[in-house]
This record gives sequence, C-alpha cells and structure tokens, in this order.
Amino acid sequence: MDDLLRYRDDAPHEEPAVTLDAFLGQTNATAVRLESDEDARALLPHLDRLSLIEVSFPAFRDGRGYSSARILREAGYAGELRAQGDVLVDQIALMRRCGFDSFVPDKPLDPAAVERALGRYDAVYQKAADGRTPVWALRHG
Amino acid sequence: MYKYDQYDQTIVDTRVEEFREQVARRLAGELSEDQFKPLRLMNGLYLQLHAYMLRVAIPYGTLDGRQMRMLAHIARTYDKGYGHFTTRQNIQYNWIELKDTPDILAELATVEMHAIQTSGNCIRNISSDQFAGAAADEVTDPRPWAELLRQWSTFHPEFSYLPRKFKICVIAADEDRAAMRLHDIGIQLTTNAAGEIGAAIYVGGGMGRTPMIAPLIKDFVPIDDLLSYVEACLRVYNRYGRRDNIYKARIKILIHEIGADEYRRQVEEEWAHVKTLGLDPPRAEFDRIAAMFAPPAFDAATPDTLDRSDPDFALWVDQNVKPHKQPGYAIATISLKPVGGIPGDATAEQIELMADLAERYSFDELRVTHAQNIVLPHVRKADLHALWQALDAAGLATPNLDLISDIIACPGLDYCSLANARSIPLAQKIATRFSSIERQRDLGELKLKISGCINACGHHHAGHIGILGVDRKGTENYQLLLGGSGAEDASLGKITGPGFDEDGIVDAIERTVETYRAVRTHGERFLDTYRRVGIEPFKEAIYG
Ligand code: SF4
Repeated sequence: MDDLLRYRDDAPHEEPAVTLDAFLGQTNATAVRLESDEDARALLPHLDRLSLIEVSFPAFRDGRGYSSARILREAGYAGELRAQGDVLVDQIALMRRCGFDSFVPDKPLDPAAVERALGRYDAVYQKAADGRTPVWALRHG
Repeated sequence: MYKYDQYDQTIVDTRVEEFREQVARRLAGELSEDQFKPLRLMNGLYLQLHAYMLRVAIPYGTLDGRQMRMLAHIARTYDKGYGHFTTRQNIQYNWIELKDTPDILAELATVEMHAIQTSGNCIRNISSDQFAGAAADEVTDPRPWAELLRQWSTFHPEFSYLPRKFKICVIAADEDRAAMRLHDIGIQLTTNAAGEIGAAIYVGGGMGRTPMIAPLIKDFVPIDDLLSYVEACLRVYNRYGRRDNIYKARIKILIHEIGADEYRRQVEEEWAHVKTLGLDPPRAEFDRIAAMFAPPAFDAATPDTLDRSDPDFALWVDQNVKPHKQPGYAIATISLKPVGGIPGDATAEQIELMADLAERYSFDELRVTHAQNIVLPHVRKADLHALWQALDAAGLATPNLDLISDIIACPGLDYCSLANARSIPLAQKIATRFSSIERQRDLGELKLKISGCINACGHHHAGHIGILGVDRKGTENYQLLLGGSGAEDASLGKITGPGFDEDGIVDAIERTVETYRAVRTHGERFLDTYRRVGIEPFKEAIYG
C-alpha cells in the first residue's frame, strides 16, 4: 500500500476487499471491490456494514466508476471510497468531486502534482458529492 | 449576450494556466505524445495530417464583434491568415504550433472565450438555432437554457469520461434550423397547457456510421428540473453505454438496443432519485442569465419597407435575408460559400469586416450556423443595402443560402487523417458546375452535404443530396445519397447504388437535379419531389 493516497482521518482499513459476488454471498466482509461494469446499487442494502469500497478503473477512459462513486455517496455511504487502477493526476480532482477519498494508482503519482491539481479550481459549476458550493449558489447567497 | 462574472472568468483563466503547464511538460519531454494526447483532447487540440488543429468553442454559435475580431487576430498571428467555421458552430484553426496554444487560449480568455470540451468523450459545445432571439416563430430565446447547460456541463465531474462524445442542441421553434434531432440530446422548448415554457427532450440522435433520428423521451421538463433531468439522462448512458466498441459507443446505440421505452423508464427512475439531491439551481439563476439575453433596443420607428431597385441587391435579399420578429428589422445570412471557395473558410480580413458590420448594423451580435455561414441577426431594413454593399466588396455577398452551392463539406482528405476521400475539392467542383445563380434559384432549396468518410462530419445522411467518400481498392470513390433532411421533417438519405469517381459524381448530381426538374410539380422542392416519386426515377436517370 505504498502508493495509497488517502484523504481521511480514520485509520486505513486493513481487511482485503472481496469481489462483489463473494460479498453478496457472505455476511461478514467489510470491504468490497467493485469492477467497472458492476452495479453499485447492489451494495446499497449493505452500506452500514462496509468500511471500504474499492472501485476499479481498468483504463482512465472508462468513466463508469465516477457514477458508481456518486451513487454510493448519494445513498449515504460514509466509509472509505477508493479508486484503484489507471488513475492519473488529471482525474484526481474530478474523482474527489464524485466522492472518492483514497486512491491506489497503477503508476505512482507525483505528490506535488496531485496537490496542485486538487487546489487548482477555486470555483465549480455543479453540485456533486464533495460538498463544494456550486457557483450558482454563491451567486445567489 | 451572456457576460462572464468573476466566477466564469476565473474558471477559464485557470484552465489556461493548467493547459500551459501541460504543454510545458510535453515540450520538455516529461510527457510522451501518448500521455499528452488525452490532455490536449480535453481542450480541442488535435494532431492532424500536417499540423495541430485547435478548435475554439463558440457557445450556441453566438458571439460579439470583439470576440469575432479576436478570432481574426488569432488567424493572422498564429495561423495562415484564415479560420474555418464548423458544422458545430465552432471555429477551427488548421495550422497551429503546439508552443503557441497556451498564448492563444490566454488571448481568447480576455474576450470570454475558450476551447474547453471542444473534443474528448465529454459534453461538447451546446448548439442552438442561429436565429435565436430574432426568429418570429420561436416560443422564447433558447440561449439562456443553452447557457445554463454550458455551465452545468463544464468540467462535469461525473461525465468527463463518457463512452463517447456527447452533443446537445437547444431550439425553440417548430422549424428546426439546427438539426436538433440528430444530436445525442435534442431539446425543443415548447409551451404546455398552462402556458409555461418547458423542454421536450429527444435522446439518441446522431450521424456517424449508424445515423439515427432521436426519439422523444420526455414531452415537458420545466426549467426548474432541466439540469437534474439531463443529469439522469447522462447517468444512465455513462453506466450502460457500450464501451467495448468505439463505433457502438454513442447513446443512439444504447437506445436502439434497449429501446426508447426502456431507456425512458430507466431515466425516470434515476431522475426520481437525482431530483432529491438539490442539483437544480434556483430560478433566480435562470433569471440572471435570461436577463442578459433581453432583446436589444429596437427602433420602433424604423421603416418596414425596402428599396429593391438594385437588382443584385434584391437577389441577395430574396435569398439570404429572412423575416425578423421585430417590424423594420431583418435577419441577414452571410454566405461563406463563394463559388470555388472552401465551405466555411474566412480570411482574417473577412472576419474583421464581419465584426465591424455586426457592430455597425446588428447590435454587436453575430451567429455561426451549422451550415457554416455567419448570421447578422438584427439588421434594420433601412441598413440592408449598405450592409450588402460592404459585404459585396469583400466577396461575402454570394446570394446562395440553402441553394445547391451552399454546401456543407467536412475537411476531408486535405486535413483529416481518417478521410477516405477529398471533400473540399469536390465541393468546389460542384459549386463551379452549378455556378449560374439563375440555375441555382430555379432548382430552389437544395441542401448538399459531403463527408470524406463514414464518420459523417459533413452530415451527408441529412443532405437532400448527400455524398459519402469511400475507399474503393485504394482509390477515392463517392457514393450518392438522396432524400435526407436535418430539419423538422428529419429523415436519412438513401444510397442510390454504386459509387462514382470525382467527375462521375458531379455528372450524377447533374442527372439527379435534371430528373427533379422534369418531374416536379409547380413550386415543389427537390426533397418533396423525391418523397413523392421515390428513388426509382433518379436511379434510372443516373444508372439507366
Ligand atoms: S467525415 Fe471523416 S473525413 Fe470528414 S472530417 Fe469527419 S472523420 Fe474526417
């Protein structure tokens, strides 16, 4: 886990993530891995016992994980939400907005570049899963 | 027109600095072309056959003189002295150097322009009716709705890596001047029984190798629900659109495969959830935007009459000038299709002149049309003659709007690395063959569209006459299609039969239009004759 980037205060979850099928078939797992073609809504009945959901990005072009993340956050999931795979510095800010709060990129990222990317835009146009206030709300107080 | 506030300006300025860093990393060799590609493609920068091409967004095709003048400045300073207006109401520069791109974007930002999301698998520039705010038949100005969508779609965190590019169009009249139903999402503003304005939402249209006309998904969405509803439409697509095959990745394929009813059901279910999230801005935000599109200060006393004594002027008026909703005013289209020219191209001097004329005669407003022409939307009838004289002196008064030489052509083999055949030289040949304006006017409305390959950037499926460049055993070959339309009576063209070489296709078009002349009834358009008699008489004339 050397390359784990994490934006949470609690201790990292140690239990390995199981597949969605395995998770749905057993009752005691607390970490699950969601492939990009799997339905995040299958997890909604079980969110209260999950501490880690890892969403896979097999290629940076495969944007399904962004929707998975938002669906989980919109349903109230508050545990760790991790993006794993072909995660590039230029996607991190969007992923944070969709609710991801930890990252395990296939290729290590330059921490300084990540910090720059996350701090770059002062304003955002949409309400998403990160609690940032959109421009339209700022305009109308 | 919309004016940036500090938030809009900061976002665009920040994007310039971000891209400047990315280009610097590329130039320093820290990024390979492979790593740089996805970054430049988020910002409209393509690597073409001979050079970089930069595509600059013109949101819903509206701009003012200051912005237009900046486009001329960029053409002169960073390109070869011209720009190319596109079928997406944008402008492209075909001869750009990578090292200059950050400076170009910085200059654009000073006039509230950018290249954000003009490429990539994201939500592209929102297109609209070029006569918005001027047409007598619109229920409201569609541009505030388009601007709301522009802001919502800019750096949308969930929809920046869609299965494929995504195009949205907003119109507000029954006459469809923007090919609305050939977009991924087409929106037509309409009035409900209570007299409120809302959006009819069509989803799943498109050109490309599998052309589709978008089905109606929702008949009425009020402004207060627009963004959440479109968000639901996109989320279903982002999750379930195909990603295994680039040619099947557009939303039209998803809707074709699951059916419009099932797609609608999924969207409604998603929307019931999304609507609870508070994503829709308050009405005050829409009102803020709409106020900036208030009609200009029309002169109610200006005469509603026209002196038509100059026959060349009268010809231009009859062909290129359309009625305005305000008495005493007219909508003038500047044709960028002179005989022998490159469709959609304009020199820096011409662009500057159009900027001047917009300031002088059209309340400082211009529009780019999807047919690659320029519109001055609000011209006093009393000024039309002076306007025409200025245009004529600059080679911009070709009276051929919607005639056979008003051709849409994609860049084709002269620029595009995907092309099978040349489009531009063929367009020039056809325009030259039919250069007589009397003959063109006799043939009447005739929309001819040329694509250099199956990707259909020249909208050949939607041409009354369409031409598709194909590769036939290593030589350029052209297929002929008849009967397409991108208008409110949208339809897809049918291939007549075996293809032709470059001269052969021009002859085939000639036989096609002569057949039309022989069988048309009085006043009948080409498209209507075709629909009445079918393809057979044309086939016989072409191949018989
Ligand atoms: S239709 Fe084909 S040749 Fe023409 S611009 Fe598009 S991809 Fe290039």
